Amino acid sequence: MDIPYTVSARPDTGLYNGKLGIWLFLASEVMLFGAIFTSYLFVRLGADDGSWPNHVQNVWLGLTNTILLLASSITMVLAWVGLKERKFNTYWWALAATIVLGVAFLAIKGVEYHAKWIHWGFFINEDAFVKKYKDDLDKDNYFYSYIPQQHCYEVRGHFINRDELIANNQLKAGPYTVLPDKAPGFAINAGQHTGPSFNTVSDEEDPKISIDPKDIDPLRGYGRLLPAYGTYYAVYFLVTGLHAMHIIGGVVVMLYFLTIGSRMYKRNPEQLSNRIEVTGIFWHFVDLVWITVFPILYLT
Amino acid sequence: MDDLPPSSEAAASSHAPAAHGHAHDHGHDDHGHEHHELGFVRTYIFSTDHKTIGIQYIFGGLTFLMFGFMLMLLMRWQIAFPYEPLTYANASAHMGYQFHEVLYHLGVDSAPPEIPTPVAVPAGQTCFMEWLFGKDQMPGGVMTGNFYNTLGAMHGTIMVFFGIVPVAFAAFGNFVMPLQIGTVDMAFPRLNMGSVILFFISAVLMFSSLLVPGGAAKSGWTSYTPLATISDPPTHYHLLGMQSWVAATPNFPEHPTWWALLLAGQTMWIVAMAFNITSSLLSSVNFIATIVNLRAKGMGWMRMPFFVWTQFVTAFLLLLAFPPLEAAAFMQLFDRCFGSSFMSPGGLIVNGQPLITSGGGTPLLWQHLFWFLGHPEVYVLVLPGLGIIAEVVANNARKPLWGYNQMVYGVLVLAFLSMIVWAHHMYLTGMGTAVSSFFQLTTIIISVPTILILSSLIISLWGGAIRFTSPMLWACAFLPLFGIGGLTGIPLAFNAPDQFLHDSYYIIAHFHYVIAPGTIFALFAGCHYWYPKATGRMMSEFWNKVHFWPTMILMNCTFFPMFLQGMAGMHRRMYDGGATYQQLNAGVLHWNIFISEAAWLMGLAQIPFIINFCFSWKYGRKVSDNPWEATTLEWSAPSPPPHGNFLKPVVVYRGPYEYSVPGAVNDYTPQDEPPTAKPTHISGPAPADERSIGFPPLT
Repeated sequence: MDIPYTVSARPDTGLYNGKLGIWLFLASEVMLFGAIFTSYLFVRLGADDGSWPNHVQNVWLGLTNTILLLASSITMVLAWVGLKERKFNTYWWALAATIVLGVAFLAIKGVEYHAKWIHWGFFINEDAFVKKYKDDLDKDNYFYSYIPQQHCYEVRGHFINRDELIANNQLKAGPYTVLPDKAPGFAINAGQHTGPSFNTVSDEEDPKISIDPKDIDPLRGYGRLLPAYGTYYAVYFLVTGLHAMHIIGGVVVMLYFLTIGSRMYKRNPEQLSNRIEVTGIFWHFVDLVWITVFPILYLT
Repeated sequence: MDDLPPSSEAAASSHAPAAHGHAHDHGHDDHGHEHHELGFVRTYIFSTDHKTIGIQYIFGGLTFLMFGFMLMLLMRWQIAFPYEPLTYANASAHMGYQFHEVLYHLGVDSAPPEIPTPVAVPAGQTCFMEWLFGKDQMPGGVMTGNFYNTLGAMHGTIMVFFGIVPVAFAAFGNFVMPLQIGTVDMAFPRLNMGSVILFFISAVLMFSSLLVPGGAAKSGWTSYTPLATISDPPTHYHLLGMQSWVAATPNFPEHPTWWALLLAGQTMWIVAMAFNITSSLLSSVNFIATIVNLRAKGMGWMRMPFFVWTQFVTAFLLLLAFPPLEAAAFMQLFDRCFGSSFMSPGGLIVNGQPLITSGGGTPLLWQHLFWFLGHPEVYVLVLPGLGIIAEVVANNARKPLWGYNQMVYGVLVLAFLSMIVWAHHMYLTGMGTAVSSFFQLTTIIISVPTILILSSLIISLWGGAIRFTSPMLWACAFLPLFGIGGLTGIPLAFNAPDQFLHDSYYIIAHFHYVIAPGTIFALFAGCHYWYPKATGRMMSEFWNKVHFWPTMILMNCTFFPMFLQGMAGMHRRMYDGGATYQQLNAGVLHWNIFISEAAWLMGLAQIPFIINFCFSWKYGRKVSDNPWEATTLEWSAPSPPPHGNFLKPVVVYRGPYEYSVPGAVNDYTPQDEPPTAKPTHISGPAPADERSIGFPPLT
């Protein structure tokens, strides 16, 4: 028993099963990511004025990732063309290049995630901030931002003495020694090294500030730049995490077609090229999602 | 790409659809592939055959339906007899009281019976219910509020996502649809198996969540935030992110380990739903691809049976409406486990503690995303039922469906409109009158195609030579009862009456009339109708009547009084069945006991069906391949169909419902009967020219 139209297209629909299936699956994917992007819009429009973080990502890393994915889409098409022309080597190397580009994308994503993990943000009461911290930060040209609705200031940076405090069981008492960030966004200044994905980090020799836990806003607290820290980061991790899952899925499928799946070339090259075409359609969609993610999370 | 060398199609086997209905030599009971026999596991558990998968779904789905129903039976005890221990002594005392009250009213007993006083479980003893559900759920046999909420939430979730969708869409769709379009299997058999596995995983997660400490999800089947975000254990124990701050704050309890968070009932609900949704998505891709690409030769779009159309449309609804809920589930998972605030505004106070979140979210986001699924889901539940009823009505009225084309166009319009009516579930959230007006309008418009389909089915009966077979009994009950369910929805569609009726028992009565006597009756009809195809045997007509009449009567006894309670203003989420507010609900509270007892008896009334369904598999009357004398293609395959379904290539020559065609010798002409061929069965009743089709003259 064979299923009809696995290789050749049905004449009246012009599609073989796999192609139809992947387009239908992508329709559901559009609804999935569409719902998430709509929620992003909903949450962002509902956010208090001035509370939405701007330019907190490293655009250069994001841009590199965009280029990597676009390039991988090209190699993906080359792999398919290689099969259609029955040039197995072209196919194999183009597919391998696609996988390498996909993995490189994931590696850069990992670097960005790591940066969110090692950076901390602190929400400090307005009164205490103006009295105790503002002048020090201004003097050293450190970055801070004001959140008007909650009457607090936000400072981001490396939490220097956290391990030490935990070891001494002093985490509740403090004080917290923090090396604040120089600037938000994607400025790359000579003489200062750049945070992995984040922004311009101060030098280790730069003066640190010392935050008293009592001055921290009780409702916002402090934390790593993870989903709990703010809705922007929640959206960031949700969207990029879901996208990264799709990349991983695509890479796994391509690894299969690079190894075990490529045996089909001997038996039925046309079916293998159909499979690669279907994989490619999915891969282009993942690319397209990233092209949407990049401007809305990195450039705004 | 025109200059590419010609593809080596020759390497592939030829793929004309008809060429692959291999002539099987082996008998009907042979499940094997023609090249090699499959083992037990590959044949019955990890099967890729659409028929086996359909049967897996129907056994799973019917079991879960029964289980979800029993949860509600338990809940009805608390509503009927609030705060009374559920023990044998109390239950039998109440039953005895009711029995003697009836006798008194009939004049058999001379004095009215005494109202029994509840007996507490003696200290130190553990009653059965406490042993079964644990001390924190039913201490001393008395249901706690948390457990009541758990039962309500799990009843809704299980009935909708684990009962009706698997049976109506996955089971009947998988089994019948490929047969009806005359193909060998689904377009993606392995994907089909994957759907079953995902469904199984989701069911395991959902049902095992009843066993974790704290119990299963308890925020309703809608899982509204912020309730769902802060319930067991509350979200301010963040797994990641702000936990250092929480740990540093005085008076905060230790935050639990990560597995305690993941094992909380509400979290498991989300994860199980994510698996369930993925399973449905893969199924729907498979269904649409199969219907579009694998129809047999000659099976044009307007020659497809109406059941196939409803499956097609249902698949599209699932495909496009489910992903937003999946997105919402991810967000709720983030909110619960990672402490984000997609759906919780800042400044909430929970248990006297300020909820530490970054804030900025809104509960409306969840409601919009949920109901964007939730309303199409209603049609996902209903449309396969309508498809089954259409098949049964045409077959048993021995007439073509009246207005087949209108029904098809109606179902397409219905599908489109169902995507833009979701916010009529949210009139009371303060969306604003302009938004409400829009959704009010679309909701009213959607009743037009619905009524068109239902009217077509009723008109199809007109002038038919109706056979009251088992499936037809259910279909006849379906038509008026589903009508009640649909028509009572119209007051809810309007903003103004909905202000009053919202969240009352009226709503419960309305959607249960749509789904219980509507869809579930259709499922019973489908079980009886296609049972001979799946097994080669007939279910017992006698035991069907023993099942049908009590179920039909008790179904109405259960749900009709709820209209009265709802219109009197009784709220649907009262833990004590409204006893606290009995001054406000005066005059309708006594229905609680009546409804509960009708529901419990209805539970008993399902036993004949279970016996009938299981025993007929082995001992039912053996019948031919086409016992109903039906026209659609599934009846041209052997019963049960072998692997690959048809014995010879299928070619379709005519429409799906050629019953009582003037000039034909039989009163039915199968779709694959060639126009010139001599009829093979001479069993039609009267000569054709004495019979009429369609309306008799109205004058």
